[in-house]
Amino acid sequence: MTTALMFDVGLAMLIVAVASWTTAAREAFAAVIGFVVYGLLLALVWVRLDAVDVALTEAAIGGGLTGTLLLGAAARLRASEVPASERPGAMLRFAAALLSAAVTAALTTAVLLLPDDTPTLAQPAADKAAATGLGNPVTNVLMAFRAMDTLLEKVVLLLALVGVWSLAVDHVWGGRPGPRYPVEPHGALAFLARLLPPVGIVVGIYILWVGADHPGGAFQGGTILAAMWVLVMMAGLSDAPPVGNRLLRLALLAGPAVFLIVGLGGLGLGEAFLAYPVAYAKPLILAIEFAMTLTIGATLGLLLAGPPKRRVGR
Amino acid sequence: MLTVVAVTAACFFFLAGTVGLLRFPDTLTRLHALTKADNLGLGLVVLGLLPYAQGLLGSLKMIAVWLLVLMSSAIISQLIASVVRREGPQA
Repeated sequence: MTTALMFDVGLAMLIVAVASWTTAAREAFAAVIGFVVYGLLLALVWVRLDAVDVALTEAAIGGGLTGTLLLGAAARLRASEVPASERPGAMLRFAAALLSAAVTAALTTAVLLLPDDTPTLAQPAADKAAATGLGNPVTNVLMAFRAMDTLLEKVVLLLALVGVWSLAVDHVWGGRPGPRYPVEPHGALAFLARLLPPVGIVVGIYILWVGADHPGGAFQGGTILAAMWVLVMMAGLSDAPPVGNRLLRLALLAGPAVFLIVGLGGLGLGEAFLAYPVAYAKPLILAIEFAMTLTIGATLGLLLAGPPKRRVGR
Repeated sequence: MLTVVAVTAACFFFLAGTVGLLRFPDTLTRLHALTKADNLGLGLVVLGLLPYAQGLLGSLKMIAVWLLVLMSSAIISQLIASVVRREGPQA
């Protein structure tokens, strides 16, 4: 057995163990920690499969963002958590076990029945790379060959934010999200929030920029920018903006709007919706990615900040 | 040669940190074991892998990763410790 194979087998076993532990954990808080560890281990799997783009996204979204959102949910639910004594009845547990076993069996069968020669579009996608002038095939697929999916994905993010905002009560609508975090000017968190963002902003923009030719891109870069923003808000150094703020709304719309305008331009100038003229493909894609990074950073930061809670001026 | 020595030493420190995390009696000593030993372990891994880095830029990136981890783990453990001091240890 080679070292690499041993590592892979160990990693796979560790992931199954962490997944079982996460489902078995009694407390929501512990389960969320298990979920974050699971996400980070999964990112390692993607690295082993040479899918660094997916690994970055998994670490940032699966581990970081979802983990933080779930932590917030667990903290809110802690008061109403069902004590361990009130377990569901035997019948319900039996039904749940049966359902899980059936799903596992179906998935196993599906995986085992996959054809050995897996159908793939990787070769055609790599062959057409010259059409956009970008060296990273993943960015090519996301921004050119399947641009429609990416556009819709961004709209879904906006809808998610609208969903969070709609939890606000009427009289605070348009106000600032979340609590006002107390600032401790000489505390460790405030220190981190002063030291890290300059580095983080450079790294975020760098990851967006190298996304053209290497693993990276708007989503990963935007997530890092959002993390920096949330850090500054949580340290109390800067308050969350009111959700009614016009500039903020513009930032939220920038990505999908630029995407749509370029897409409609493709329609108007002849070829098809979202068809880039070959000569301008790279600058157009970069423009969309920059706008999208801004939107993703703002959207993810506001998703974490939560629904509006305070009226403006308080 | 440097790689073998440094990475082996790193494994020892990671192991020691993990043993400390599992065996030490309360939160503050566990934090102490984890951050100190693991930061040194990561530093040694970086040192051991430096000869394999792609050029100067690659080595600088690896050192930057180590410095960022040093900074964040130091500050996070400060934050956890201050919560423990305020609210008292929980088991």
